[in-house]
Amino acid sequence: MNIIVCVKQVNDPEAPPSSFKIDPAANKVIPPPGMPPVINIFDEYAVEAALRVKEKVGGKITVLSLGINLMRDVVKKPLAMGADDLVLLEDPAFADGDVWSTAYALSLAIKKIGVYDLILCGRQAADWDAGQVGSGIAEILGLPSVTIVRKLEVVGDKALAERVIADGFELIEVGLPAVVTLSNEHPTPRYPNVKGIMMARRMEPIVWKPADIGAEPAKIGASGSRAKLMKLFQPVRDTKCEFILGDTPEDAADKLAVKLRENKVL
Amino acid sequence: MSEHKGVMVFCETTGGKLSPIAAELLGAGRKLAAEIGQDLSAVVIGSGVAGISQEAIAFGANKVYIVDDPLLQYYLTDAYLTVMENILNQAAPSIVLLGQTEIGRDLAPRLAFRFNTAATLDCVALAIDPVTKRLLQTKPVYGGNAQVIQYCESDPQIATVRSKAMPAMAKDNTRKGEVITISAGLDPASIRTRILDRKIEISAGLKLEDARVVVSGGRGIGNAEGFKQLEELARLLKGAFGASRPPCDNKWVSDNLQVGLTGKIVSPDLYIAVALSGSSQHLSGCSGSRVIVAINKDAEANIFKVAHYGIVADWKKILPAFTAKVKDMVG
Repeated sequence: MNIIVCVKQVNDPEAPPSSFKIDPAANKVIPPPGMPPVINIFDEYAVEAALRVKEKVGGKITVLSLGINLMRDVVKKPLAMGADDLVLLEDPAFADGDVWSTAYALSLAIKKIGVYDLILCGRQAADWDAGQVGSGIAEILGLPSVTIVRKLEVVGDKALAERVIADGFELIEVGLPAVVTLSNEHPTPRYPNVKGIMMARRMEPIVWKPADIGAEPAKIGASGSRAKLMKLFQPVRDTKCEFILGDTPEDAADKLAVKLRENKVL
Repeated sequence: MSEHKGVMVFCETTGGKLSPIAAELLGAGRKLAAEIGQDLSAVVIGSGVAGISQEAIAFGANKVYIVDDPLLQYYLTDAYLTVMENILNQAAPSIVLLGQTEIGRDLAPRLAFRFNTAATLDCVALAIDPVTKRLLQTKPVYGGNAQVIQYCESDPQIATVRSKAMPAMAKDNTRKGEVITISAGLDPASIRTRILDRKIEISAGLKLEDARVVVSGGRGIGNAEGFKQLEELARLLKGAFGASRPPCDNKWVSDNLQVGLTGKIVSPDLYIAVALSGSSQHLSGCSGSRVIVAINKDAEANIFKVAHYGIVADWKKILPAFTAKVKDMVG
């Protein structure tokens, strides 16, 4: 079983909202000071799903990541969790793309890796929240896809995926190879153990440039984007919170109920 | 290349009627179509859906494409994608709108890639650029910390729209329109996924998205037991209870109670946020609430930046007293 997991390095979404700042001239987010980037949380769920498949049916997990300034500690985390190989598409030409240019580059890399039964992605990235790259890879490679999955099993040459729907789930059977995107309803990603961390430290990722994967310059990065960015902004929040005080918590609670009643909220 | 014209709305159905999101999309589509001086069409795909065409017209469509086939009873990527591809090739709309639902999230990206165009998911606003006449798509990014306005130069322009972000038109049963029935023309062998089982897991009763009052708990509730108090308060107020993501990930409450960017979008009259920090991802799910009340022992919690009323205190001391007072008032 050959599994490829696509992961993305993002600013830490757990950074307090107050630290979120935009550079309006560049239409870019300023990374929160003092907080290192992380692997997109949904991609960690994808790594966990891959590890569970490998534990059950054996196989090899190759982690693939596109970006610039990729911190080795960060992108090696899936290796520390138990993945086998790491391939980085790291080059300025890959930067500032949209889902199109990203899916295009990742698909070329996947073709170069050559063997795959399962391609796993997170359902969306915590920065742009686009939620399309997994489906895009499937469309480019002509593969079936199952999105927003909370449980994944491989049985023979098929995958069984529990797909999250509004008030429950569907159990979907799909023939391999296939693309599956994972969601946070999936069991929690494991913490790397010390042995895994030490092993990951010693491993060197493979780094590919656009020429290595036969990428046409006009189709990667900003050049290959089909979505054009007009403006990035922070919506103004103008709510003023009325704090209810009281001599005791019970007093405050009472006052709150009365206030809500008075304002016809209750 | 033939010119792309018109706004097309993918209309989901529930129980033999248009889903609320479909009516909202038709409302948004109607406005956009008027701005570019073009027609609005609706697409209804499913099994036993032929009778829904009149409802789509009543909500604003000039034309309804009906594709009715047993193979389309439940959403399957390949089946719906093939049908939509045929319709888009036939009708060549300039703009295609879908709901940001489990169907829209799956169908829109593959449709966009198949047509070599761009989709924008989870739009909270749509507008026509006065100069270029292109669709300007506004969506939250960075978990809701920011918003981005995007457009694309290729047709069709595809967008999914967040639930409750745009109003439906008033239903007008006197409206007339054209109904075009298209056969699915599907080869079952070309559908590469199969649904082996389908389970609805919510308990009967009030759905989160429909509740006028929602009581939500965050990480500070601490365990599953604590949520029982929220459930009681919700019941008293004839509402529903929900949670931010951490209680769901910790399995204190069921996943489908998650309110937020990747969970449910709610817009009740009253949203009571208990021991909940108010991360942007969570606020994406509840910021449409009319009144937000926050109870949190951290005065710096982000929730207080969006709440209308707040108490800075331990929820374990506030909630019982508040619930008792509410019981008094409504009892």
